[in-house]
This record gives sequence, structure tokens and C-alpha cells, in this order.
Amino acid sequence: MHMTAVRDDKCRIAFAELFTHFAPRIKGFLMKSGADATLAEECAQDVMATVWHKSAQFDAARASVATWVFTIARNRRIDMMRRQRRVEPDDLPWGPEAEPDQTDVIVLQQETDALTRALKTLPLEQRNLIEQAYFSELTQSQIARITGLPLGTIKSRIRLALDRLRHAMN
Amino acid sequence: MTIHHHLEEHSLLAYAAGSLPEAFNLIVAAHVSLCDQCRATVLAGETLGGAVMDDIDAVPMRSDSLAHVLDSLSAPPSATRPAARAPIPAGPTVLPRPVQDYVGGDLDAVKWRHVGMGVKQAVLPTSKQATARLLSIPAGGKMPEHSHVGTEMTLVLQGAFHDAEGYFARGDIDVADQNVTHTPVADAGADCICLIVTEAPLRFQKWLPRMVQRLVRI
Repeated sequence: MHMTAVRDDKCRIAFAELFTHFAPRIKGFLMKSGADATLAEECAQDVMATVWHKSAQFDAARASVATWVFTIARNRRIDMMRRQRRVEPDDLPWGPEAEPDQTDVIVLQQETDALTRALKTLPLEQRNLIEQAYFSELTQSQIARITGLPLGTIKSRIRLALDRLRHAMN
Repeated sequence: MTIHHHLEEHSLLAYAAGSLPEAFNLIVAAHVSLCDQCRATVLAGETLGGAVMDDIDAVPMRSDSLAHVLDSLSAPPSATRPAARAPIPAGPTVLPRPVQDYVGGDLDAVKWRHVGMGVKQAVLPTSKQATARLLSIPAGGKMPEHSHVGTEMTLVLQGAFHDAEGYFARGDIDVADQNVTHTPVADAGADCICLIVTEAPLRFQKWLPRMVQRLVRI
């Protein structure tokens, strides 16, 4: 498990493998969100450095590595591109366990993989809407104004896409 | 505490995606601190974000980027000005942690300003696209009648109120889009303290003259 190797053994080989997989995706994500290549490169490096420094906070029972890396990239994007604070909810009373239940971890990874596969099967229009929600600086009201769609339609399309995703996963 | 009024899924998704203005981030984070159901929805939204990012067209990093990062790892993390968290007060608290971070403590740290008829407010420092304020309405009192542009969200932190939409107690969130003019009435028995976020400044209608509105930064 790469994150365990990074956290417990400060293993640079494991980290390099994480870097090779995630850094180009983080860079692509930030560029789709409007960053130029230089800023995206800088942010992606910074996100991966955070993955190293905050490895103790990763909770495999609560999120996959991809999910956790996404939240770091998202927060960095908010900080650097939007210049506002990301506000996190109150921490859960229990932190990550040193040895999470392996069944929990495996099930979560399987469900996350299923979600990724289901995302690929969405009709293009719904897929675009979901991606816009994640790449875009736009609020849903703004998306509604630009696409000419009433906000209610967007909400129900996203709900439909989410329901289909859940359905595809089950 | 049973929460009956939750955030809509699209708001939680937008929060997970990081696309909300700061003041809305704050009220969502505050509600999620109190509501496991919505916290789960946020986690699902983050999982979806992970899937979206994982599936994206990757853009190659510079050839020296890995070496550069590996070199930097022995140094302490770069100073990314982490938001200063308020010291954790002893004992049970009224304000969820994210709100405490903006206030600098729990309820007793709030710098209230009186706006008339026993109502107090405190505007919290967030980015300009939306406004977040704490509002305190005396037990049995009415929230000043107002209209608003865009979306308005009201999270109850203490006491309760009822309006045309129903009854709202601690943890409940009342979402109103524009064109809704509502007059919540606080329950008798306790002052009702809410966190209210609007996309644009509130327009108080009746009892507060426009000049005074400017003074209290409405």
C-alpha cells in the first residue's frame, strides 16, 4: 500500500509511483479549471509535496487515495486561484486509525473503482455537466445562465446523473 | 438533536467540488459538522471528484519535476498560511468549529452590533461574492422582514424559529431563493441564533431606514 509506505517508512520509491500517476492528472485538472501550464505545474508539485507531508492524515477507511489527493488539489486550487479560504467541517471525533479494518478499505476501494467505471458510461451530456461542476469556477446559477438551462433542470440532471451512478454501482 | 431540514444535494456537491463562494462554504461546513447524512453526501461528492480527476486527460509534468519535489521533501512544508484555528474552548460549544474559526471563539467571543428591536448581528469576514452573518433574535421575536437577491441559507445554531416553510431548530437549514419574502418568528424560551448567508446584501424592508442599513453593513 503506497500511502502506508510513505507514511510509515518515508519510502521515496512509493512516493515516486504516486507522483507518476497523480501529478499529471492534477496538472490536467488544474488546467481544465483555467490555470495556465506554469501555475498548474507549480500547484501539482505542491499538492504532491502535501501528500508526502500530510501522509499521517490519510484515512484509507474513509477515502481512496484518489479521493484524498483530489481534496488536496481542490483546496490548493481554492487557495491559489480563487484566493479565498476553504472551510472544512469540524473534524470527526476519531482520527485515522493506524491499522484500519482491511475489509472497510477494500470495499471502499471497490466502490470507488465502480464509481469511476460508471462515470465513463454516462451519456456525454450528463458527463459534461458533472465535469463542469468540478472544473468550473461557475456556480450552478451561472452555469444555468450560460447554457440557457433553467437551474431546476440542471439540479435534476445532476441528481439523475448521480442516481444513475449509484445504480450502476449496485 | 434530530435534523429535519437538510441541504440539497447540488449544494453539497458544489461544496465538495470547491465551487462555492467562501460564505456558502462556511454555512455548508457548519451544517455538515452537525449532520452525518450531509457529511456522507459530501464524501460521496469528493469520491466523485476523485473519479473525475482520475479519468482526466493527463498533462505531462516537466522532466525535472519529480526530482525537484523529492529534493524539497526534506525541507519543512512551504508556508501556505494555514487558516488560524481558534483555540478549542473547554466544554460544550454552541458554534460549530468552522464558525468559531471566523469568530475567534465560541458565542461569548462574538462582536455583536445591535440593529434594533432586540436583534443583534455580526458580519463574518469572507470573500465578497456572498455575505455571512450571525443573527440573534430575542425569544418570541420576529426576524426583520427582508427580501434578498439570489439564494439565502439560514442555519439554526441555538433556539428555533418557524416560518412558512416549517419549524427549524439547531442544525436545521432553511434555503430560500429570491422572490421569497419570509418573516421567521423565534420560539419563546431562548434567543434564536442563526448563521445566515446571502449571495448579495439583504434588503431589509420595513423598519430599518436605508441610511441605517448602510451603517450596519447590510
